[in-house]
Amino acid sequence: MRELTYAEAKVEALRDALRDDPRVCLIGSFFLGLSPRRVLLDEIRREFAGRVFDPPISEGAICGMAVGAAMSGLRPIVEVTTASFLFHAFPQVLNEAANACYMSGGQLRVPVVFHILHGLRGGGAAQHSHSPQAMLWNTPGLEIALPGSPRDVKGLLTAAVQSDNPTVFVDHARLFEVRGEVPEGRFSIALGKAEIKRAGKDVTVVATSLMVQRALEAAKAAASENIDAEVVDLRTLVPLDSETLLASVRRTGRLVVVDECHRSCGVAAEVAALAAEHALAHLRAPVKRVTTLDVPVPFSAPLERYIEPTADKVLAALREVMA
Amino acid sequence: MMKMLRTLLLMRRFEEMLIQAQKSGASFGHFHVYIGQECTGAAAIDLLRADEHLVTTHRNHGHLLARGADPARLFAEIMGKAAGYNKGKGGTLHATVAELGFLSTSAIVGGAIPLATGAALASKQLGRPGAAVGFFGDGALEEGVFFESLNMAALWKLPVVLLCENNSAGALGQSAGEYPGSTIAARQLIELVLPFGIPAVAVDGTDVKAVQEAMRAALERARKGEGASFIEARTQRWPGSRPLWPALATGETDVAYAWQPERIPPEHREWFAHDGVIRYLREAIAARECDRAQILEVDGEVRRSLEKALRFAIEAPYPDPASALTDVFAAPEAR
Repeated sequence: MRELTYAEAKVEALRDALRDDPRVCLIGSFFLGLSPRRVLLDEIRREFAGRVFDPPISEGAICGMAVGAAMSGLRPIVEVTTASFLFHAFPQVLNEAANACYMSGGQLRVPVVFHILHGLRGGGAAQHSHSPQAMLWNTPGLEIALPGSPRDVKGLLTAAVQSDNPTVFVDHARLFEVRGEVPEGRFSIALGKAEIKRAGKDVTVVATSLMVQRALEAAKAAASENIDAEVVDLRTLVPLDSETLLASVRRTGRLVVVDECHRSCGVAAEVAALAAEHALAHLRAPVKRVTTLDVPVPFSAPLERYIEPTADKVLAALREVMA
Repeated sequence: MMKMLRTLLLMRRFEEMLIQAQKSGASFGHFHVYIGQECTGAAAIDLLRADEHLVTTHRNHGHLLARGADPARLFAEIMGKAAGYNKGKGGTLHATVAELGFLSTSAIVGGAIPLATGAALASKQLGRPGAAVGFFGDGALEEGVFFESLNMAALWKLPVVLLCENNSAGALGQSAGEYPGSTIAARQLIELVLPFGIPAVAVDGTDVKAVQEAMRAALERARKGEGASFIEARTQRWPGSRPLWPALATGETDVAYAWQPERIPPEHREWFAHDGVIRYLREAIAARECDRAQILEVDGEVRRSLEKALRFAIEAPYPDPASALTDVFAAPEAR
C-alpha cells in the first residue's frame, strides 16, 4: 500500500469531503497550523474557492455561526486552530452544539466539526498548549475524535464530517510528518472503534493522538527488555470503545495510560476508573498514568520536557508495572 | 387582520393562563413571559415565509405560538410532560419546534445571535433565497459575541435579520430588587450597530404597523442578498415581569379596555395606556376593521381552546424516567 505523511492524508480527507458533499464548507483554513506542510491546503483553496472562509479572530461567533449553519443545512468544518482558543467558544460548542439535540428532545441535529490542534508543540507555553479533550469529554453531546496515524486521520475525519452530531476533531501538529500506509480512495473509520496498534501479552498501554506514537516507541524499546506491550489506540473518546479497552486489560492484567491532558481529571483518570470498575480482579499491578504534570505549561525547553509524557517515561512505567 | 388579532390574544391569554396555572400549583420552575411584547413577535413572524428559519430565546412562548405551535404541546413542554415538543427535555427555556423552522431555542443571553447569523450563512451557501431571523433581548448587546457576529454578518453580507426586543425601556432596574434592565454605555442601541454598515432602526414594539414596516424592509434586503439588518423594537417591561417570578400584576386583560378605558383599574392605567394588544384592538375598531362583538368572539374562542390545551398538559403523563438517557445524539438516519 502507498505511504503518505499524516498531513497529506488529512488534506486528502478534507478534499474528498468537499468534493463529495456540496454542503461541506471550511470556516478557517489552518488545518495544518503553521507547519511547512500547510501549502498542501492551497490546492483546496483553489478548487473550492467560495467554500473556504477566512473569518476574523472571533472564535465565539465563528463556532456559533457554524452551529447555526449546521442546524440550517450546511455541514461546516470549523478550524479553531490552537486548542486553547476553543475556550473562547465554549458557550457555542459546549452549551449550544452539545445540548441542541438533547434539549430539543431529538428534534435538532448539529452536523458540525470543530477542528483543534492540542498539546505541547514546543515552546507554546501556557496559553497555546492545552489538551482540552477531558473537559470536552465531561460535556455529554459532543463526539470526540483523536487520530494518531495517517490512516486514522483520513478515516476519522471522513466519519466526523458524515456524522449528524457535533464532533470535536482533536488533532496534533507533531503528527503531521508521521508516515504510514493510507488506502487510496474513500473510506471512513466508524467513530467508537478502538484499534490495537500493537498486540502484546504482558501489559496494555492505552493512548490517543500523538501519545499513540510515543506508546509505540516505548513498546518497541520495552520489547528488547522482554516486555511485550499491547498498544490500544482509543481513536475516539465519544463514542468510547470500552469493550476493546477492557478486553485488553483483562488479557494482559496490567495497564499504563498515556495521555497529554493534565493529570487530574484527565483522560487517563477516566480510563483508570473504568479499569478499576470493570477489570480490577484481572489487574496484577496498580494502574500507572503517564500524563502532563499538573502545572501550566512552561516555555523553556527543559521545563517543558520535564512535565511532558515522553516515551522514556512510558518505558519507565512499563518497567514498573512489570516489576 | 383577524389572524393578527387572534395571534395577539392567543399570546396574551397563553401567558396569563400559565401564570395562573403555576399559582394554582402546577410545577415547572422559573419561566419568562412575553406579555407586553406580543405586537413585535406577531408582526415580525407574520411576514416570514414557511421555509425561513428563526432562532429564539428563553422568552419564546409568544414566538412559537405566532408561528403556529400547538398550545397544548407547548404547555406540556413547559410542564415537563412527555407530550411536550421536546419530550420534556427542554422545558420553557428551550421549547422549540423544528418543523416550524425554529433552529434552536437558546436560553444563553446572546446565544441566538451567532446561530441566526450562521443560518443566514447556510442560506447564502446553499443558494436558498430567504432570511434567517434571530430574536434576542437588549441584554444580549452586552455580550461580545453580538459584536463578533455583527462584524461577520457585515463582512460576508449575510441575509440575517437581528431583531432586538428591548423590553428594558421603563424598567426600574435592579435597585428595586427587580430584574436588571440593560446596562449599556451607548445612549441608543442602534448606535452600536451603525458603524458596521448594517442598517439599524428603532421602532415602537407595541405598534404592529411600525414593526411590520421595519421588518418588511429588513426581509426584502435579506431576500435580495443585500445583507443584514438590525431592528430594535422597544417595549415597556410589563410590571408582571419585573419581579423575579412572573405575576399577574395588572390582572387579567379585559378586551373591553379597548373601548371602555374607564373599566381599567386606576392603578393599571399607566400600563394599559401603552399595552400593544389593547392598542391594536382600539385601532382596529377605529379603522372599522372589526367590531366589539368579533373581538369578544375571538377572545372567547381563544380562551376555550387554551383551557382545553392547558387541561391536556396538566393531565398528560410525565416521561418515562429512563428516557432521560435518550436523544443525546441524533438518531441514525438512512443515508
